[in-house]
Order: sequence, then structure tokens, then C-alpha cells
Amino acid sequence: MADEKPKEKPREMKAQVTVPYEMAMGRNWHRFFENLKEERIMGTKCGKCSRVFIPPRSFCPRCFEDNEEWVEIGQEGTIETWCYSNLMFYGQTLKPPFIAVQVHLDGTDVGLQHRIAGFDLSDFEKVRELVKSGGRVRVVWNKEKKGNIFDIDYFELIPE
Amino acid sequence: MRKVAITRFAQSAGVESGDNLMDFTYRISKEVLDKAGLKRNEVGCVMIASSDIFHSGLSCANAVDWDGSGAFMIEGTRAEDSMFALIYAAMRILSGHFDTVLVTSIIKGSENPDNDTLTGFFADPFYMRPLGINETTAAAFQMREYMQRFGVSEEQCAKVAVKNLGNALFNPYAHMKKRVTVDDVLNSETVSDPLKALECAPKSEGVASVLLASGDAAERFTDKPVWIKGFGTSMDHFNLGDRDLLNGQLTVAAERAYRMAGIRQPRKEIDLAEICEPYAFQELLWCEKLGFCPDGEGGKLIDSGETQMYRAFPVNPSGGVLAMNPYVSRGLYRVIEAAMQIRGRAGEHQVDKKVRTALAHGTHGFAGQCHSVVILEG
Repeated sequence: MADEKPKEKPREMKAQVTVPYEMAMGRNWHRFFENLKEERIMGTKCGKCSRVFIPPRSFCPRCFEDNEEWVEIGQEGTIETWCYSNLMFYGQTLKPPFIAVQVHLDGTDVGLQHRIAGFDLSDFEKVRELVKSGGRVRVVWNKEKKGNIFDIDYFELIPE
Repeated sequence: MRKVAITRFAQSAGVESGDNLMDFTYRISKEVLDKAGLKRNEVGCVMIASSDIFHSGLSCANAVDWDGSGAFMIEGTRAEDSMFALIYAAMRILSGHFDTVLVTSIIKGSENPDNDTLTGFFADPFYMRPLGINETTAAAFQMREYMQRFGVSEEQCAKVAVKNLGNALFNPYAHMKKRVTVDDVLNSETVSDPLKALECAPKSEGVASVLLASGDAAERFTDKPVWIKGFGTSMDHFNLGDRDLLNGQLTVAAERAYRMAGIRQPRKEIDLAEICEPYAFQELLWCEKLGFCPDGEGGKLIDSGETQMYRAFPVNPSGGVLAMNPYVSRGLYRVIEAAMQIRGRAGEHQVDKKVRTALAHGTHGFAGQCHSVVILEG
């Protein structure tokens, strides 16, 4: 009978799944990453509501119309919000501790997530004194460009 | 219009189950049908909620889950969130096509990797995922904005964990239960500042199942139907940077549910709320967005003590999601808890006051991207 109580705890089977995917960037994100290689940040603009998007959206998700116009984005911006992440878990891409940030780059209407670095992150209290929402940051380019989001190595704090 | 009743329900406790996923699903679904005195093949329609691939290591879940939920030769469909499944099920009854729908939600957290390993896959693969953005970092972004814009303190956020983990001591279905102090919460490990470990929900087991019936059919299954008076959902943008993290879509979802239920003054007309707060501060923010207190005053609400289990306006007497986080199922657990309180049969965590109208809330996605609200009445 299926309900019979087993004498031992039923075993568990270890399983790990690794499967490859090929994710299409589409024309817009391809163009965005090609531009990062040249140290330029490009966004798209909605012809109807005039919002400027980064990452560059091919359409405005609110107006639901094609975004035809490309604009170059500033390489400085304002910290909208941030967190000091000390979290290690399977699949984590950055080695903790790191500072995840949402930056409002000059000339855009949306926030971009990246990281803040360029100084000693080991002392959390010191980090809290230095990093403030509303503070200014600037792009630091990776010397080695691969055409991905880490062509922007990190954002550095601009002293007040 | 037709009426929809919650007639019978069952939920698994948060303790790790040695059952495999299919047996686990079967036991809870079967329990509901047995309570209702209904045979499997008499059910009109089966609606399941489960997650493809990441939360069960299986694809596609809607092929695997049917046997355990009793759906052989029955019409069925599936949602990725249990509150949405409940709402779709209610719509099927309202449409007049079905008199009964069995809603079963399935998650076996103990088998899964860490929550953040999985929620990291919610992030897009080009921009957010490489930077380690997951549900916890998104919530930490939101919490910092919340504290800075409204002056809500870390202590006020921590009080939610103190209340909910304490309430859970009285709930046999909860996973995490603990008497903790504000200092215990604030001194727990910083996982993603400003979030502390005790302010982040665990990873739980949880199969929950509900039998819905039309107004005419309900009395065949129960003498205490709980009526679904209103529901509403709304979705925000995917990109965190496109959103105002403090003014998301919960207000819209709530307005839709309140309009349908004829509620004008939520704080006065609702007796109790079960809210989905995977991160402690979110209970305060969601209370504001549900209209229980003005914007920015969620901190004052918890300070007032009114949301404690035995006070005027209990919020999460079950312990909420901080105490029990079976990811996809967590919304349906809120619904079941609210229904138990209305029926006056919640056991040790039954509130003192008479509960006529209760609200259940569900959310999924980063920082409350998607919200759903259900209004229940005895």
C-alpha cells in the first residue's frame, strides 16, 4: 500500500540542470552594446511622450508606439537608490560585498541598474557615509570591451 | 450576477515533507475534495498554480501537475501565481460555464535552490542578471527609497518581523515561528542593506487547495461559505528603472477590488488583512497603498499597535509571508487564512473581533511588480 510508513526517511536525489540558451539581443540592444565598445551610451526616445529610455527600448511600453529616435546619453548621473549586498548564493555573479545601484543618467527618464565601486567596500559603515541617494556618479569604462554591460566597469562616486 | 463561494480548503504545514511533488499535490487536493464530499470526476474545472522550471526543476509544470490535482479528463488551466489562479477560477464560475472549480497551488521549497538563485532569473539576462539583481536587491532598493522619502525608520520596519514571526507561533501551518525583539531583527545578518536576514521571507513548502462553487452549488459542500465579493489585479513595468518603486500598481489593483465589492472606506469596512510581505517593510508600504493609512504613515501604523493580532485592525495574524513563503502558493495561503478568520475557525490565531469582511493580497515580481487583491465576506 502506498501509504505504508517507511522505516527510513525517504531518500532525496541530487539533481543539477545545466542547459544552454541563445538569447537574441535584437537590433536595439546589439546597437547599444556596440556603442558601449566605443564608450558611448545610446538611448531611444519616444516620439509621443518624449521619454528617453536606457536600455534602449524599441517601443515605449506606455504609449505602445515605435521609438524611432536615438539619443546619446550623459556619462554622469544621480543615485536614485542603492543597496550594499553581502549576499552569497548559488549563481551569484558578483563577489560580495558589492554595491548595487539604480542610477538616473543625465538626459534619461528611467533608472539603470549597475554597481558602484572604486573604493574599499569592506567597511560597511564607511560605505554608508560615502554613498547617498541623490549623490552623483560617473561611468568608469572597462579597458577590455566585450560588448556587454560590463563594458561599463562600474560607477564611481563624484565627490561633492 | 452569479456569486462565488470558497467552500472548502486545505493547506500543508511549512515543515519539510518527505513526499515527492506529485504525492504532495495529491494529498492536499484530495483532502479538499474529501471535506467537500466531492468525487474527483465531479469537479467542473481544475485551476493550478505552479512555476515552470525554477521552482520545481521541471518543465513544463502544467504537464506534470495534472494527475496530483485530480484533473484527468477534466478541463483545466494553469497560472504562475496562486492569487491569479483563484481569480481566474472565480471568473470561470461567474461566466456560468462551471459550478465548481478546484484551485491547487504547488511549491516544494525544500527541494529548491535559494530564493535569490531563483529570483535572479526573473532579471533580464543582458542588463540586470549579470549585476546580481534579484528579488532581495530589488526590495532593498525599494526599502531605501521608502525610508528616505518618508522617514520610516529601520526600527519600524523591524517591528513587522517581530509581530509576524510572533503571530506565527500560534499558527500550526507556519514555517518560521519565533519570539524576537526589534534588536534581534536589527542585529541579524545584513543580507542586502538596509534589509536584515530576519526581514526576508524563508523558502517554504506549500501546497494549498481551495474548492470554489457558485452560489447555488455552495451549500452542497459547506454550511459556512465565504463569498468572493471583489477582486482586482494590476501589473507594473518590468524594468525597475521605469517604475516609481513607492507608487506601484497596488493602488490600482485595490481600487478595482474595492469597486467590485462596493467598499468606499477600506480601513472602516475591512476587519482584517492578510498581506503578502516577502520583506518586512513591504507590509507597511502595502498597507498605505491599500488605503489603510495615508501615504508615508505605514511606520506610524505599526507603532500604533493597531495591526497586532488582538487589536482593532489585525494584519497578518497568520504570520504572513515572513513566516511562510511557499513562493507561488503564498497568495492562496493568505486567502485561506482570511477565510478561516471569517469562519471563526482559525484556531489559536483566531482574532478576538468578529471578522465579517477580510482582504487577501498577493504579489510577485521584483518590488511588487504584480499585485492582486481579493475581498472576502462571511
